[in-house]
Amino acid sequence: MMYFSRMKTTLILGVCLLGLLLGVPNLFPAPASWMPWRTVHLGLDLRGGSYLLLEVDMNAVLKERLDSLADGVRQSLRDKQIFYQSLEPQPDKTRVLLRLRDAGKADAAVAALRSLISPDASTGLPDMAIAAQPDGSITLTLSATALAARATGAVDQSIEIIRRRIDETGVVDPQITRQGQNRIVVQLPGVGDPDRIKQLIGKTAHMTFRLVDETANPSLGGPPPPGDDFLPMQDRAGEKIAVRKRIDVDGADLTDARAGTSPESGQWVVNFAFNSVGARRFADISRANVNHRFAIVLDDKVISAPVIREAITGGRGQISGSFDAQTANDLSVLLRAGALPAPLTVVEQRSVGPELGADSIRAGAISLTAGFLFVIFFMAFFYGLFGWFANLALVINLFMMLGIMSLLQATLTLPGMAGILLTLGMAVDANILINERIREEQKLGRPPLAALEHGFSRAYSTIFDSNATAFLAHVMLFVFGSGPVKGFAVTITVGIATSLFTAWMLTRLLVSRWYIATRPKLLPV
Amino acid sequence: MFVKPRFRLVRDGTRIRFMRGRYLGLLVSAILSTASVILFFYPGLNLGIDFSGGVVMEVRTQGPADFAQIHAALSADHIPDQGVQRFGDPSEVLIRLGAQPSEQSTQAAVARVRAALEKGVPGAKIERTDAVGASVSAELFRNGLLALGISLLMILVYIWFRFEWQFAVGAVVTLILDITKAIGFLALTRIEFDLVMVAAILTVLGYSTNDKVVVYDRVRENLRKYKTMPLRELIDMSINETLNRTLGTSMTVFLASLPLALFGGESISGFAWVMLFGIVVGTSSSIFIAAPILLLLGEHRLRRDAAAPVIPPSSAKPVTASRP
Repeated sequence: MMYFSRMKTTLILGVCLLGLLLGVPNLFPAPASWMPWRTVHLGLDLRGGSYLLLEVDMNAVLKERLDSLADGVRQSLRDKQIFYQSLEPQPDKTRVLLRLRDAGKADAAVAALRSLISPDASTGLPDMAIAAQPDGSITLTLSATALAARATGAVDQSIEIIRRRIDETGVVDPQITRQGQNRIVVQLPGVGDPDRIKQLIGKTAHMTFRLVDETANPSLGGPPPPGDDFLPMQDRAGEKIAVRKRIDVDGADLTDARAGTSPESGQWVVNFAFNSVGARRFADISRANVNHRFAIVLDDKVISAPVIREAITGGRGQISGSFDAQTANDLSVLLRAGALPAPLTVVEQRSVGPELGADSIRAGAISLTAGFLFVIFFMAFFYGLFGWFANLALVINLFMMLGIMSLLQATLTLPGMAGILLTLGMAVDANILINERIREEQKLGRPPLAALEHGFSRAYSTIFDSNATAFLAHVMLFVFGSGPVKGFAVTITVGIATSLFTAWMLTRLLVSRWYIATRPKLLPV
Repeated sequence: MFVKPRFRLVRDGTRIRFMRGRYLGLLVSAILSTASVILFFYPGLNLGIDFSGGVVMEVRTQGPADFAQIHAALSADHIPDQGVQRFGDPSEVLIRLGAQPSEQSTQAAVARVRAALEKGVPGAKIERTDAVGASVSAELFRNGLLALGISLLMILVYIWFRFEWQFAVGAVVTLILDITKAIGFLALTRIEFDLVMVAAILTVLGYSTNDKVVVYDRVRENLRKYKTMPLRELIDMSINETLNRTLGTSMTVFLASLPLALFGGESISGFAWVMLFGIVVGTSSSIFIAAPILLLLGEHRLRRDAAAPVIPPSSAKPVTASRP
């Protein structure tokens, strides 16, 4: 127990040295840029920043899928000259319900609809089931796996688009990750007030170009004629305009959008460019509809509805509305980044300004130092020399903890700082157990070396059992906790591991060296 | 101080007969825990927004905060705040809004407060915004309870595995009593109960278990060493032998946490106070609750009747778990 081979000694000291080296960068700024200077990540609550938890609206994803499926049904039946009474997407049953006029044509209809089935990308199974009832109703039910794949795709795509939008704002080092089935975590270091970012994220930014139905008049009231929507005008509250449902050009066909000022009016506008598909379609539509109005629709609001003066063939255009520099810029960012597949909702927000973060660091550092000094003093007072051994181990422990956390790039949060303090208290517990045990063994009349041997080996099982239970409790905390609490759990778990090493290995080595050097007749415990 | 120890908490050879007070200990604990359960229902915990949902904003004003001005700014926009209170510095103010009906309206509320302050309180800076929607808060609450429950279960299994079932049951019952008292403390002090508090309670749990394991470990050792000593005496002896360690560790952890409670700042001091309370409760419960329960459960099982004649060593069933 008290004998250390040369190799073991070197190993223990080597680990301590490594811990010191890894921990030191946290105390000073890097002296030179080429040095590997890894420090503990400060959590957003300490450095200031925002945490946003977003939820992807899965109902919207489902609804859109069913709508496009219904479109497909309409198209294929029209091609085959099969007529139907009703066609209804039913999101709660993840299916589209179709009633034929002539039940006898059910087989033909099912055959025509087969072409809509496509195999699932991952499993190769069909992505929906088509079933016909004798009364002439046909259901197209989406499979659960296909829906799940679509949901996953929607979240992944949202992450990508959010990243593009946030990158445009110049936030340094944003972290955007998926959480669970339908959630996205956005972490924005240094952003104490994420208002603008929330505005950018909160828009689906689905832009469409459609023709205005000049024959319909929404102000008369009543439902819109078939094939039309009554959409509100962005700038004129309460005013609606009749727009065709048919989308002529989609915002997905945009390749660029930039805010600028119009040379004629001096007003802020957004200039955009289409890709070749978009440009061709835009040219066709505008050529066929000269002197008619078309609407630029963003998220079901009409931004503007200008009259087409001549065919627009260059694939370029300009959106004017009542923009200012900020709104024109935001719109161009949104258009460049592309549309979100589904609306996002912020379900949790935590932002901390940099000043408050700095205050927290200061308060944490003061308490940490004070607590540390208390513990050092206590140990020295109660155990004398053996207390100082423990104190040395404690200092090494602190560095090792910081070092490992830096290495793991773990995040230090405010509760995490409390965790460090707590581990310091708990770390000396191992030493107290050892010291008390040595003392007892000596009281039993054992000579110093035997007392040390027995003291360490008997204390070991106690230390192991007590730390193992604490370890388990905190692993649970890590698994089920979130945000700052996770940081706390990481700190304590790392601390338990390092304190086991320093108390069990390092203190024992120190005591053994001291014993060999002095050969005392009585241990000062 | 540099070589010789200067001070002992308990003199060597102390023999306090703790088990004499076993019923008193259990009674006091039962009363405190019952009172805590009552406090839990009335007035109940001061739920933080993590669990209740809603919005909390910390605002720093230029110079001392003018509450009338802030109230006026908020009510000008008909924002139904649930309280504007001082928070630490005189220039710091906490604005609370209750749970909002939907996720969208929670975010809308944040935007409205922000706009109202911009207009009505010049120079005010929002230093912190926490907004938690209803669905998330329910989830956080469930996860918190889950973490607590699973931790308890793991501790039960672990101690069962390493000791005997009497030890495991004794420890977990004591821990549950400890937790109820911590919750009573939270209800009484009106410290906000949020995720960080769940962490605090779990920490207290870990600490308290630690303490019990040390005493139990000694009981287990002594059970092997003194095969005929009555359990009651044996437990007393074990507690006395570990008393210096129990008190020493409690004092260090207590001292280490004290500065955090005093200077740690508003958001973390609640955590530290619960810790301090938990240390005191956890330490005393090791002696006055966990040990008596062990005595009650194990009197006839862990130890053959002490008055019985000498048990032939060959036929004696091993009474303790063998250690791997």
